Amino acid sequence: MHAPVGRGPTGLAPINGARMFNYALRRILYSVPIAVGVSLVCFLLLHIAPGDPIDAIAPESASPQLLAELRAAYGFDRSLPVQYFSWLSNVIVGDFGTSIMTGRPVLGELANAVVNTLLLSGGAVLVGFVFGLLLGTIAGYTAGSPADRAATAFAVAGISVPNYWLGLVLVVIFAVNQDWLPAMGMGQGAPFLSWANLRHFVLPVIALSVIPAGIIARSVRGTVAEVRKQEFVQTLHAKGLSPFRVFIHVMKNSAPALLAVMGLQLGYLMGGSILVETVFSWPGTGFLLNTAIFTRDLPLLQGTILILSMFFVVINLVVDLAQALFDPRIERN
Amino acid sequence: MRRNREEASRIHRRALLKSSVAGAVAFALPFAGKAFAQTGEKVLRVAMTVSDVPLTTGAPSQGTEGLRFMGITVYDGLVRWDLSKADEAAKLVPGLAESWTVDEQDTTRWTFRLRQGVKFHDGSEFNADAVVWNLEKLMKKDAPHFDQAQSTQAAQYYGGIDSWSKVDDYTVEIRSKRPDSVLIYNLANLFFSSPARWKELGGSWEEFAFKASGTGPWIVDKFVPRERIELVRNKNYWDPGRIPKCDRLVLLPMPDPNTRIAALLAGQVDFVEAPPPDAIPRLRASGMQIVTNQYPHIWCYEISAREDSPFGDVRVRQAANLAIDRDGLVKLLGGLAVPAKGMVTEGHPWFGKPNFDLRYDPEEAKRLLAEAGYGPEKPAQIKVIIAPSGSGQMQPIPMNEYIKENFAAVGIDMEFEVLDWESLRGRRRAGAAAPENEGRDGVNNSWAFWDPDIALLKTAASYEAPPTGYNWGNFSNPEVDELVKKAKETFDQQEQDKILADIHSRIVDEAMWIWMVHDLNPRALSPKVEGFVQAQSWLQDLTSVEIS
Repeated sequence: MHAPVGRGPTGLAPINGARMFNYALRRILYSVPIAVGVSLVCFLLLHIAPGDPIDAIAPESASPQLLAELRAAYGFDRSLPVQYFSWLSNVIVGDFGTSIMTGRPVLGELANAVVNTLLLSGGAVLVGFVFGLLLGTIAGYTAGSPADRAATAFAVAGISVPNYWLGLVLVVIFAVNQDWLPAMGMGQGAPFLSWANLRHFVLPVIALSVIPAGIIARSVRGTVAEVRKQEFVQTLHAKGLSPFRVFIHVMKNSAPALLAVMGLQLGYLMGGSILVETVFSWPGTGFLLNTAIFTRDLPLLQGTILILSMFFVVINLVVDLAQALFDPRIERN
Repeated sequence: MRRNREEASRIHRRALLKSSVAGAVAFALPFAGKAFAQTGEKVLRVAMTVSDVPLTTGAPSQGTEGLRFMGITVYDGLVRWDLSKADEAAKLVPGLAESWTVDEQDTTRWTFRLRQGVKFHDGSEFNADAVVWNLEKLMKKDAPHFDQAQSTQAAQYYGGIDSWSKVDDYTVEIRSKRPDSVLIYNLANLFFSSPARWKELGGSWEEFAFKASGTGPWIVDKFVPRERIELVRNKNYWDPGRIPKCDRLVLLPMPDPNTRIAALLAGQVDFVEAPPPDAIPRLRASGMQIVTNQYPHIWCYEISAREDSPFGDVRVRQAANLAIDRDGLVKLLGGLAVPAKGMVTEGHPWFGKPNFDLRYDPEEAKRLLAEAGYGPEKPAQIKVIIAPSGSGQMQPIPMNEYIKENFAAVGIDMEFEVLDWESLRGRRRAGAAAPENEGRDGVNNSWAFWDPDIALLKTAASYEAPPTGYNWGNFSNPEVDELVKKAKETFDQQEQDKILADIHSRIVDEAMWIWMVHDLNPRALSPKVEGFVQAQSWLQDLTSVEIS
């Protein structure tokens, strides 16, 4: 008798595999125009913004002739549509061009930075999501109690504290004053799982995870408290289900809303943090973006923005699919 | 594409290696930051202010910081700066060229006798062929080894060169486009990469960047872009007096000043560039050494001498210079600057004997302004372009606010146009006469005076207005123009210094720019660092540094 009730509001219909596949395929295809749109908007914004990449690299005394030669050498003398389509056609075949400042291929620069950022944000996702879920669930289950107030206070503090400031404070306490952890940089070639390497992750991961932990904790608290008030939960209790099984149902019904929040946070984290990566001299995508902006390195900037926007597109797709898996009521047609 | 795939596969392998080897050797190194000590090597770790390792191929990017860390470390020029003294301005001395002469009949013809027995790090020989090959890599666009990235970065230095040729194995001739005594200064910044290494790597500058080979005192050992570069001592360096005392030099890009300070205090680095002034007391209290010295830097407003600007009147320019309380400004900067008396520092060979004293005299400033037709009811309205940060810009926001108050006190009403650094450089390059600079009376672009061109000749001559020179505000003085021409054609150093001093005296008397302070270029060093001599230069020599 438990099963039909247990499925509760989420158990309306089995998921149709073929429909899901079609939906996923369609969404993947949609991501192509989104990517083109994002790249076009970025391209135009970068060209509207003041500052010229050639000015950034040309010598102080560059003659108009030298400036014209440099513009031609880097292809900036062509019309904007020609520049854009030339860049796009190269990107389609995997050639993101060459960084103006370093002369290195953008793809290589990006691949290194993405790996470094994924390592850092992976840690932050783990810490932030676990703490956020834990605190939010405790607060949602004990709404109005001192435990709820403490958890909510932490969540508000987490959202409010600027992460780069927290990074600096952590560095002062744990690196400068106590000499327990390094102040900056990645491990210097030490084995990945060794403490010599992992100790470099501790402070940036904490700095990076506090905001998502706070946001998730608040969302989880609100959603869990809301779901717990619903009639089906009372029915479950009345049916004699154990508190743990009721908890599972509550969480399952809270999942779609939480997945959306977590997906967004995941996107932000995967995109790297300009501030935290700069504070810790972490050579990830945020650090790369910062450098590319200040040096007007257009090929590097365009490539980085395109890849970061693709992170969001992919994560949104995964979140949408996961939501549908948890709650088939969400119409995906 | 081949390179891209290799890059991607290298990264993939690296990631895989990171995770697979991990279990076996986990916990092997308790403190990576101190791992070097275990090898017995003497390692000097430097935190640079740049956000990436400058180009490693031979023509460094990132301005003078690039020359400092990726130029004179791995490479040599035909001439070099003597950076061994702290108490006098750095001078040019022979480098890879033992000597040189300028043809008296045709002063565009320079002949360089090259030093014999010099080897690149790969063991190949440095000779006239290598010089020719390197000039081709920068200037001969159809040469197989032409490299656009290096050509762009070095354009500032080879711009005066017209042609070159090998005379014999150890003699080269370089012709300048016109008689140009300043050419020799620029040659100090043209470095020589190994043709043999480039060929060995299949003619790839991308590969060369990772296995760079020059003739310098340091050899590239390991390069991780955007993260670090490690150099090791060149035991066979041709100048025995400059063989590095440390075994290894680790250069780390660290653009955030607080990160650099934290890394020094945490023992992760030993040598920090440009610590922020407010961190100096904390660093001193922690036992760190703070090293300062004058160098060819001036924090200034380049101003418009055009008729449409209030600064078109010399009295207003002088009044602005007298309105500034430079001692107060130095105090604001924690003592890490010296008040300016002109473009160059007092005591510099080019200072001369200006009659106009850049002192703090608000009353005289008011009088001059009144003479020029300005007063409390009609303040001089000016607009100056500033940037919140940038190379050599010190603390631009508080400094500019301070000067605005000083100006207001005498009757100069200053408005700012705030741009980011690169945009400001673009507007500086365009000159006051450019349409985008209409209504702008000045630009706050800190300046250098390491060679006669940048210091005086291309800033003061009326025919050196942008885009050819640096005379932003169209300053014009026929006598100065004549002196500039004379200086360009004077190849005797002492004679040239006298002319330059004369030019300097005249531009100070005419208050060509508004000069505020010279930076003292602080560096913070761990107590373990010994033997560092901070030269009066934008470049510094790390070969003498020891780690105790």
